[in-house]
Amino acid sequence: MLEDFFNVVKKRFNDDDDKQTPEKPVFKCPRCQSSVPLEHYEELHRVCPECNYHGRLSARERIAVTVDKESFTEYDADMLSCNPIDYPEYEEKQAELREKTGLSDAIVTGEAKIKGSSVVIGVMDSRYMMASMGSVVGEKIARAFERAAEKNLPVVMFTASGGARMQEGIVSLMQMAKTSGAVKLHSHSGGLYITVLTDPTTGGVTASFASLGDIIIAEPKILVGFAGRRVIEGTIRQRLPDDFQLAEFMQEKGFVDLIAERRKMRSTLSHLLKLHGYTE
Amino acid sequence: MENNKTAFERLQLIRHKYRPTIRDYIPLIFTDFYEMHGDRLCGDDGAIIGGIARLDGRPVTIIAEVKGRDINENKKCNFAMPHPEGYRKALRLARQAEKFHRPVICFIDTPGAFCGVAAEERGQGEAIARNLAEFMTLRTPVVSIVLGEGGSGGALALGVCDELAMLENAVYSVISPRGFASILWKDASREQEACDIMKITAEDLVKLGVAEAIIEEPLGGAHNDLDKISENIKEYLSHKIPEKCQKDIDVLLKERYTKFRKIGQFSE
Ligand SMILES: [Zn+2]
Repeated sequence: MLEDFFNVVKKRFNDDDDKQTPEKPVFKCPRCQSSVPLEHYEELHRVCPECNYHGRLSARERIAVTVDKESFTEYDADMLSCNPIDYPEYEEKQAELREKTGLSDAIVTGEAKIKGSSVVIGVMDSRYMMASMGSVVGEKIARAFERAAEKNLPVVMFTASGGARMQEGIVSLMQMAKTSGAVKLHSHSGGLYITVLTDPTTGGVTASFASLGDIIIAEPKILVGFAGRRVIEGTIRQRLPDDFQLAEFMQEKGFVDLIAERRKMRSTLSHLLKLHGYTE
Repeated sequence: MENNKTAFERLQLIRHKYRPTIRDYIPLIFTDFYEMHGDRLCGDDGAIIGGIARLDGRPVTIIAEVKGRDINENKKCNFAMPHPEGYRKALRLARQAEKFHRPVICFIDTPGAFCGVAAEERGQGEAIARNLAEFMTLRTPVVSIVLGEGGSGGALALGVCDELAMLENAVYSVISPRGFASILWKDASREQEACDIMKITAEDLVKLGVAEAIIEEPLGGAHNDLDKISENIKEYLSHKIPEKCQKDIDVLLKERYTKFRKIGQFSE
């Protein structure tokens, strides 16, 4: 009771606060349309408190909310893509994105601890060319699995991707084979591989390492599929149901093991790692 | 002999009405072909055929994407666009080949994996991914040949191999040139321009380390002389299959992994 009272007081106090700074930034949820103080939305790691909408995180943010403080060491931070098919202005576009995002390409990989358990972790970042997979993404993933196999470490991959990096032509397609082969190599060594599907995971990434986890977790309501929704709608000439290709839909079809909310992801991963003997 | 055709001209050529399909080639290259059906899980996909046959008397497993030669055949084979059950049938037959120590020969000829509701529901992405991973460690030789169109992941699902050969006018690409233009320039009509920059011809692919061999076509294209092109494919296989079968399987697997492992261009 007393607690309620204090909450009311606190709320009033906050309300007063609001009045003093009416321009306080607000997050407008794209799913339920409610307005939430941006600060609150950020505190929840970009989850809407009204409808549980999971917004996208950058790779750095994802790492920060997933692994133990100060435990992350990055692999291959300086790897940069070349221009294998001489696509016009590919280098310029990348330089611009590097400047804007602070990333070297669409994935960050490295080693870290999750509640004490050491893991090799990879996180894709959709701000970088829709996290499409080209030479750098492919190479970093392959090396991550190879190193994990060498060191007897499990791998946790947070996937998000628009698919193949078109600007690298056939070379990007081959990254699907390269990464899938590396997953197999790690699997043969007895290592655990957990995929965490995040919004959106599509195309060549779905058709390679993202679908090969021993355990496949998804965040709620995220998009996961091979073909784009519009492509399919164009083929069948009718509108698809709203839940088509959402995580829950894919779980019902048998392609997702469990759906975990962001606030429970760290403990879910930790439990699964420990269940496989990966302790401190 | 040098092929002076542009990528766009080759694209027209492989879409030629009389371009031979795997159904034309099988009786001219192999003997004792028995087609095997179904993935043992869901169904039998007409876009991929597979079975056992003999090549120069040696039992081999054939897995192939099928283009139709008329509207009825195209209905059956879904214009060579496989569903997940096609890829799963391919994997089943590949594992069978592994068990009985038969080499696997894959023929690629597809615009791409089918994009549809049922394909998504049955896990098109998972089916392709599984093939990539499993073919990488399949303990028997795998040789793949692109007959015409090698479209995207739908082609690659039969393309994890010890050696990839291209028919002289065949193309192999991350997406169709039309799709490339549509995605990158929001204008599908710029197909020809896409062909010019995508690097999809047999020569391009050899340069990029994706393909190892080019099989010569008769003057004007494969459709001008079916016997000759079949003879050329057979000659290639008759040489390549025994070569791969003689190798120690662990060495072969290491080389297969390395073949894909080294594709990619980056600096650090
Ligand atoms: Zn909401």
